[in-house]
Amino acid sequence: MKNYRTKIISNQEVSPGYFRMKILAPGFGDKAHPGQFIMFRVQRSLPPLLRRPFGIFRTGFLPADCDGLPPIEFVEIVYKVVGRGTGIMAELHEGDKVELLGPLGNGFDSTSCDGEKILVGGGIGLIPLYMLASEFIANGCKVRLLMGGRTREDILFVTEFERLGVQTYVSTDDGSLGEEGFVTQVLERKLLKFPDAEVYACGPMPMLSAVHTICSDNQTPLQVSLEESMACGVGACLGCVVKGAGHTEENPSYLCSCKVGPVFKSQYLDWSALGQKNNDCGGCA
Amino acid sequence: MNELKKTTVMRPNLSVEIAGIKLRNPVMPASGTFGYGEEYAPFLDLEKIGAIVTKGLSLKPKAGNPTPRIAETISGMLNAIGLQNVGIDAFVEHKMPFLRTVNTPVIANFFGNTLEDYGEVAKRLNDIPEIAAGELNISCPNVKQGGIVFGTDPKAASEVVALVRKNLQKPLIVKLTPNVTDITVVARAVEEAGADAIACINTLTGMSVDVHTRKPRLANCTGGLSGPAIRPVAVRMVHQVVQAVSVPVIGIGGIVRPMDALEFLIVGATAVQVGTANFVDPSAMISIIEGIEAFCVEQGIDDIHELIGSLKL
Repeated sequence: MKNYRTKIISNQEVSPGYFRMKILAPGFGDKAHPGQFIMFRVQRSLPPLLRRPFGIFRTGFLPADCDGLPPIEFVEIVYKVVGRGTGIMAELHEGDKVELLGPLGNGFDSTSCDGEKILVGGGIGLIPLYMLASEFIANGCKVRLLMGGRTREDILFVTEFERLGVQTYVSTDDGSLGEEGFVTQVLERKLLKFPDAEVYACGPMPMLSAVHTICSDNQTPLQVSLEESMACGVGACLGCVVKGAGHTEENPSYLCSCKVGPVFKSQYLDWSALGQKNNDCGGCA
Repeated sequence: MNELKKTTVMRPNLSVEIAGIKLRNPVMPASGTFGYGEEYAPFLDLEKIGAIVTKGLSLKPKAGNPTPRIAETISGMLNAIGLQNVGIDAFVEHKMPFLRTVNTPVIANFFGNTLEDYGEVAKRLNDIPEIAAGELNISCPNVKQGGIVFGTDPKAASEVVALVRKNLQKPLIVKLTPNVTDITVVARAVEEAGADAIACINTLTGMSVDVHTRKPRLANCTGGLSGPAIRPVAVRMVHQVVQAVSVPVIGIGGIVRPMDALEFLIVGATAVQVGTANFVDPSAMISIIEGIEAFCVEQGIDDIHELIGSLKL
């Protein structure tokens, strides 16, 4: 991990309110694991003051140009415009100077390749699942992706996931794309069919909480990626902690979601506390 | 001509001394923004900064406050971490081995829930030879016990400093809160009680509300405001404290750029601490040190002491 002072290669709106940003980052890809994140500095001047955490969508190389120069490595993030910081990001262009810190945190444990892999993503939570799906496919796993969103505009990169060889299942709250209803209904059906599956989820807290309940009822292993407000991203400020399983007033357990997470095995978390949170970023500055 | 050549070639002397500790330059992190040092090792050379200041340590591990603990505000951030820390035993066992490998003075920030606790942690610091000094926190706004209770009352402040002074066989820095009517009263009280240096300011108590939910944005309701938003307040208070006491003062509050650090030095701070800026840019302290050096070169200053306290009134 390091701090890259770098520049934007491209920044395009991929669905209303969702942007895909490609950033130059030599040497980044070798170190990045699925589920890790970056801290992105929106601009040199202040405000906004703090960096913003974003899950890594993918890494890759720009094609070598005719001059025979070596291919240039990039990292890609996808963000939804929800507040001032992401509002400024949406205005950035190719060549603009930015800073990013990463890759950070503990990503998904993708070592096991037994049974079915069921990935569950809600809205922007689909993003960190792309590298995970890609790694599972490369290891020869069967991957199913349950894509959920409020409306069709929240369902991102169906084609890209399918191109990897992922079987996709789309559901939207309003039925504007795929099945009408919650992604969790699809999950319940799939688990009946594939009882040995392992589940990997990222999305809004109410979705994660429901996924946790379903998986623990079925005794299905589950890893979740959490989205918390962060200041440092490196385990120093202790601002992004979540309660661990068994947390009590007398015997408290706070885990840094930037350092221990952002991906946790769900049995290690205190869901009674997490389930009440709404991480839809309504309070972002 | 010769004079000019000389000043551009020579590197200015940035080293300062605080309470008998020699620092290679006057820039160090503010407690709580730099973990235990190791967290930032991948991003900057810890042997280039003046000192390392640890997260606040207590006798027993402390869990901290419920979440959310942080909220960004205009050019600042509110935090109510609640002094979460591993406790002095785990610090010695797990954090000191790394710190021993770094050739930079380590200042241990510490606090207690009670007067006795403060005294006990101070004694424990004596057993760690590599700790250069203790920084006594009597200024945390986010915990019910300890912290600010001692820092807002000159009598209580004096009492805790006197006890710690007696128990600690190392230089003692006392970190003050700005949440008082007159900071110079507390500053004088802790100086008289034996502080070797004063660090100020800790965060300003603040609050922010989410208008949609109508709830405070921090679970603790109020939190400490830090960042550039508080800098002018901090500069004013450091200026006042420097006038009021004769021990060295470490200036803290919203330093992001080299110019910000220079403000504090000019009003008389012997050193500065960088806090929130570490989150914005993990190598911020390096840029600040390089900027101070460049400023000295540009101004023909050979020694940083020519700047310290050079305010023209």
